[in-house]
Amino acid sequence: MNIINVYVSGCANCKKLEQMCYNALQELQIDASVEKVTDLQEIMKTGILSTPGLEINGKMISSGKLPTQSTLVHWIQDNIN
Amino acid sequence: MKNKILILSFLLLLWILIYINLDSLTDFMVYTLAGLEKNTSLTNAIWFFIYEVPKVLLLLTLIVFVVGIVRSYFSPERTRKMLGGKKLFTGNVMASLLGIVTPFCSCSAIPLFLGFVESGVPLGVTFSFLIAAPMINEVALVLLFGLFGWKTALLYMSTGLLIAMVSGYIIGSLKLEKYVEPWVYQVKAGQLEMAEEKVFFVDRINVGIDAVKEIVAKVWIYIVIGIAVGASIHGYVPENFMAGLMGKSVWWSVPIAVIIGVPMYSNAAGIIPIVQALLEKGASLGTVLAFMMSVIGLSLPETIILKKVLKFQLIGIFVGVVATGIIIVGYLFNFIFV
Repeated sequence: MNIINVYVSGCANCKKLEQMCYNALQELQIDASVEKVTDLQEIMKTGILSTPGLEINGKMISSGKLPTQSTLVHWIQDNIN
Repeated sequence: MKNKILILSFLLLLWILIYINLDSLTDFMVYTLAGLEKNTSLTNAIWFFIYEVPKVLLLLTLIVFVVGIVRSYFSPERTRKMLGGKKLFTGNVMASLLGIVTPFCSCSAIPLFLGFVESGVPLGVTFSFLIAAPMINEVALVLLFGLFGWKTALLYMSTGLLIAMVSGYIIGSLKLEKYVEPWVYQVKAGQLEMAEEKVFFVDRINVGIDAVKEIVAKVWIYIVIGIAVGASIHGYVPENFMAGLMGKSVWWSVPIAVIIGVPMYSNAAGIIPIVQALLEKGASLGTVLAFMMSVIGLSLPETIILKKVLKFQLIGIFVGVVATGIIIVGYLFNFIFV
């Protein structure tokens, strides 16, 4: 099972990234679970300093920025089993 | 790739051409095309609007693009690495400067604060960063430059930097670590090794383009409104309307402006129309600048967020020190600019 974690702090970009993940998965026809992580301790454990953070299958891909939809699709394709 | 650079060079050329000929273009549109009579209040207001809107938008596009590229070289993670173990003073200077170029959103203030403190960035240095990052804003800088000239813009930037450095330094010297919530020091912050992907310059150009799309799309309406306000009060509100309240002869105007400004929150673009209107009508530069800095630099939502990690004594000192700095800057400007 592929797992995508989105680390969020309630900002506009955070919500957007989560939604974009769903869209990307639909576009790629890939089955993965998207988890929204809001717990501060969990966020800090990853070492990122700004939200939203994007982690695909345990690998931290980006933090603090909103990729374009096509970049996100590439990231998911490259890191999915 | 080649195409993109070609298009961008063409756009830059077009930018320069329009910018240097904006005067005559506006004259042509207002007097020749529309055939308006010269030197009436209405014509002057229209001319002002038609001239200022493209001018400010052009400046904004260019600066946001350049700042976007510059920021792509920085990240909070990298900034933290640079600041780790830095002494007071050197650390404060570096943190304030990095605050300008590091991409930062105040909704990330908490993870950033935790991450900095955890990895050994001193408290005062962390504060310098947290003060400089929102206070010195590229959109505000452009608008000040476009509407009031490079001197005002430069003074805004340098005094903003100074406030961030000095406030952070003071907070650091006061040894206030005891007012940080104890759990902060128990958080296990991970060290992230994000694969440093090879980034090509063309990617950075794309970052710049994205920044333009995002920011300009968000703020253009404020700018148009601001200039429209400026244009319409040009001839219709008495020139010294605000002088009695916010003029430089009124000694208490600076602290009052700060007291009103601190709880207010607005983005930099939203505050500029107000700044424009106040200045136009006789409010003094120091008072208006103090108002603007306290609105964008200190905000209630951000201090509420910080309450999670700081005891209220430290929040009080933080707001107090920065507000005092802003007040001093306000008086200084009122004193310098006659």
